[in-house]
Amino acid sequence: MVLSASDKTNVKGVFSKIGGHAEEYGAETLERMFAAYPQTKTYFPHFDLSHGSAQIKAHGKKVAAALVEAVNHIDDIAGALSKLSDLHAQKLRVDPVNFKLLGHCFLVVMAIHHPSVLTPEVHASLDKFLCAVGSVLTAKYR
Amino acid sequence: MTLTQAEKAAVVTIWAKVATQADAIGAESLERLFSSYPQTKTYFPHFDLSQGSAQLRAHGSKVMNAIGEAVKNIDDIRGTLAKLSELHAYILRVDPVNFRLLSHCILCSVAARYPSDFTPEAHAAWDKFLSSVSSVLTEKYR
Repeated sequence: MVLSASDKTNVKGVFSKIGGHAEEYGAETLERMFAAYPQTKTYFPHFDLSHGSAQIKAHGKKVAAALVEAVNHIDDIAGALSKLSDLHAQKLRVDPVNFKLLGHCFLVVMAIHHPSVLTPEVHASLDKFLCAVGSVLTAKYR
Repeated sequence: MTLTQAEKAAVVTIWAKVATQADAIGAESLERLFSSYPQTKTYFPHFDLSQGSAQLRAHGSKVMNAIGEAVKNIDDIRGTLAKLSELHAYILRVDPVNFRLLSHCILCSVAARYPSDFTPEAHAAWDKFLSSVSSVLTEKYR
């Protein structure tokens, strides 16, 4: 799918409003995902997945950083996330279904912390963006 | 996702055989779809969906023709199916979930008729190819 100019504007707008909270939202997204969709925990047998765990915080930071990177290169997400795409294809091999779950949880976090930002239009743009990121990360699986 | 040269070759090779029975395979795939996944019938309230119905055959032909066009222009599926993509986006709006179901049924029909050709590699190539076609047909939805 292709992001329109207004999609890109909307997504950039969202991330500029998030500002320094990205890492915190990343961690919260993961916690929500593990709670609502326990099957996703199977990818993290080596993690302490309790509330407030340092590992979740650190991993949330990584996820957030990748999203920010994608936003900053929104015209070439595939290029920007190329290494991450390789990582997911060759090592992590997270089932593609889970990217939707993570994306959904991120949207929920956004809705909670920035309800006025997440108008229906912005919601749609952000959802498209997250789908695009998921596609890039699973593009090299086969 | 992109198809490798080997995958394209596998798709083209099998298509050469499938093309000789395209109409029958198309009708059979739809029959399989409607019987295994009855919810898909909701898109065809105006059809006679009984086995051997003329409408089923005609529609199966349309589907296989489109696939044939995509095979012939396998390097530019998006361009080739642009009109169909718009049709699905603005008028038909078939839920994306159903493309996977139809693809699965097509693969079953092809496998049933060409068991020795449908090696694991050929299967994978065809699955990727049909996924590509499905992506193109749903990419203008939003």
